[in-house]
Amino acid sequence: MNSHAGSGEGRTKPHLLAHSPLDNVAVAVIEGLRADTDALGVITEDDSTFAVNVRHDIPIGHKVALTDLKAGDTAIKYGQDIGKIIKDVAKGEHVHVQNLKTKRW
Amino acid sequence: MPGENIMNVPETTSPFVGGAPDQFATTALGSGRASADTKAATFMGWRRENGRVGVRNHVVLLPLDDLSNAACEAVANSIKGTMALPHAYGRLQFGADLDLHFRTLIGIGSNPNVAAVVVIGIEDQWTNRIVEGIAKTGKPVVGFGIEGHGDIATIAKASYQAKRFVQWATELPREECPIADLWISTKCGESDTTTGLSSCPTVGNLYDKLIPQGIYGVFGETSEITGAEHLCRERAATPEIGDKWFAMWKSYQDDVIEAHKTDDLSDSQPTKGNILGGLSTIEEKALGNLEKIGHDSRFIDALQPAEAPAKGPGLYYMDTSSAAAECITLMAAAGYVVHTFPTGQGNVIGNPIVPVIKITGNPRTVRTMGEHIDVDVSGVLTREMTIPQAGDALIDMVVRTANGRLTAAESLGHREFVMTKLYRSA
Repeated sequence: MNSHAGSGEGRTKPHLLAHSPLDNVAVAVIEGLRADTDALGVITEDDSTFAVNVRHDIPIGHKVALTDLKAGDTAIKYGQDIGKIIKDVAKGEHVHVQNLKTKRW
Repeated sequence: MPGENIMNVPETTSPFVGGAPDQFATTALGSGRASADTKAATFMGWRRENGRVGVRNHVVLLPLDDLSNAACEAVANSIKGTMALPHAYGRLQFGADLDLHFRTLIGIGSNPNVAAVVVIGIEDQWTNRIVEGIAKTGKPVVGFGIEGHGDIATIAKASYQAKRFVQWATELPREECPIADLWISTKCGESDTTTGLSSCPTVGNLYDKLIPQGIYGVFGETSEITGAEHLCRERAATPEIGDKWFAMWKSYQDDVIEAHKTDDLSDSQPTKGNILGGLSTIEEKALGNLEKIGHDSRFIDALQPAEAPAKGPGLYYMDTSSAAAECITLMAAAGYVVHTFPTGQGNVIGNPIVPVIKITGNPRTVRTMGEHIDVDVSGVLTREMTIPQAGDALIDMVVRTANGRLTAAESLGHREFVMTKLYRSA
């Protein structure tokens, strides 16, 4: 595949990346992340790691809740407000347009 | 046996496996990667009559209006080495919309990636206005009006002139230029959550490294800053520039979105492709978008669409649509010569006169649409590549592109040229 990749033998690749320690959602960065995976996450801002049991199949690029979120809560990514939760989401579940909506427009 | 060699080509070198094939394995880098010493980095460009440097050497057939597309395309078909730039507008426009039309066409003709221009319009007066605007650069430009002559006579006259221009332009030598002579624009498209994590910060890292070396940069996409406007305003060089920027952003919210929306913009912004890629809201998209300007630079002016920057080297904002072809066309008209384009889900956009360099961090897009990708930064997601390393890979690709390497979009024939229209014509 990529000439620069594949040199990571023995290195653990994350399943999830979050931007900021303040974030309550993280992004799946591998293809085929399955429900009931004990996922390894990295926060890019400070290289710290976290673990979360993923409760749904998550397509690459889609988000997972890092904590239980209630309708009315604010989703935080990049340490910033990215919209309001409109339906309760449990930790490890898929966060997307079905339960997260813009506060604009 | 004919065909035997084809069968013997190892699978890994098959042109059909996708991927961003020669990003790292190239002889073109030689001993000097531009990113190794950005202060000393140079590229081979064409220094034009007005001192600006181009990285392409196009001879362009530029229609004033939609009616003149046919004549321009006929000339481009007969005179090899020329290119027509057909578009949809130019009749009965007025006010700010007409000003933008002229500014865009004159700017495209004046761009240093263009060596010489033949303008064709339905009548002489507006045609000459374009010719006179481009002539201020000192480059060769002529115009022809169709009325009173017809297409065929006009095509004949324009063809003789275009042939002279091509033969003149093709003898112009490239010369070594400091990297500070590069004007590098950016805009992302078919974004997903990987762009905010990898390809957009890669462009940001390029700006952090090259703005201090004296390049011009520009970003835009007014609607797509929504949700990050507080952060964008803070990145202005002075409070006055921040206020000017904010007025621009607010005016689009109030005068365009509020005036024309039927429900909300959730059906358009984020796009269906964005949502498929995991982006849920405009705020999330905007925060990823803004990663393109890096950490260090402050923007020194907020430009009107297609307005040429006039405050010296540095980062600029331009009031543009977030639609890729419109945005890149406006930035080309402002004089930018290389475009950096982060994509997540796989946008295929190009521009006729400006090479558009595609960067993606999404491994699925590298695998499924690799022929559109120039720089693969998917290693950022696996933590095998750092953002500074990705920025270096992009800087190297920008310089290789400036030196003549065709981008994926150029080799695939993408020439999206789209004029921005502000309102209905009279």
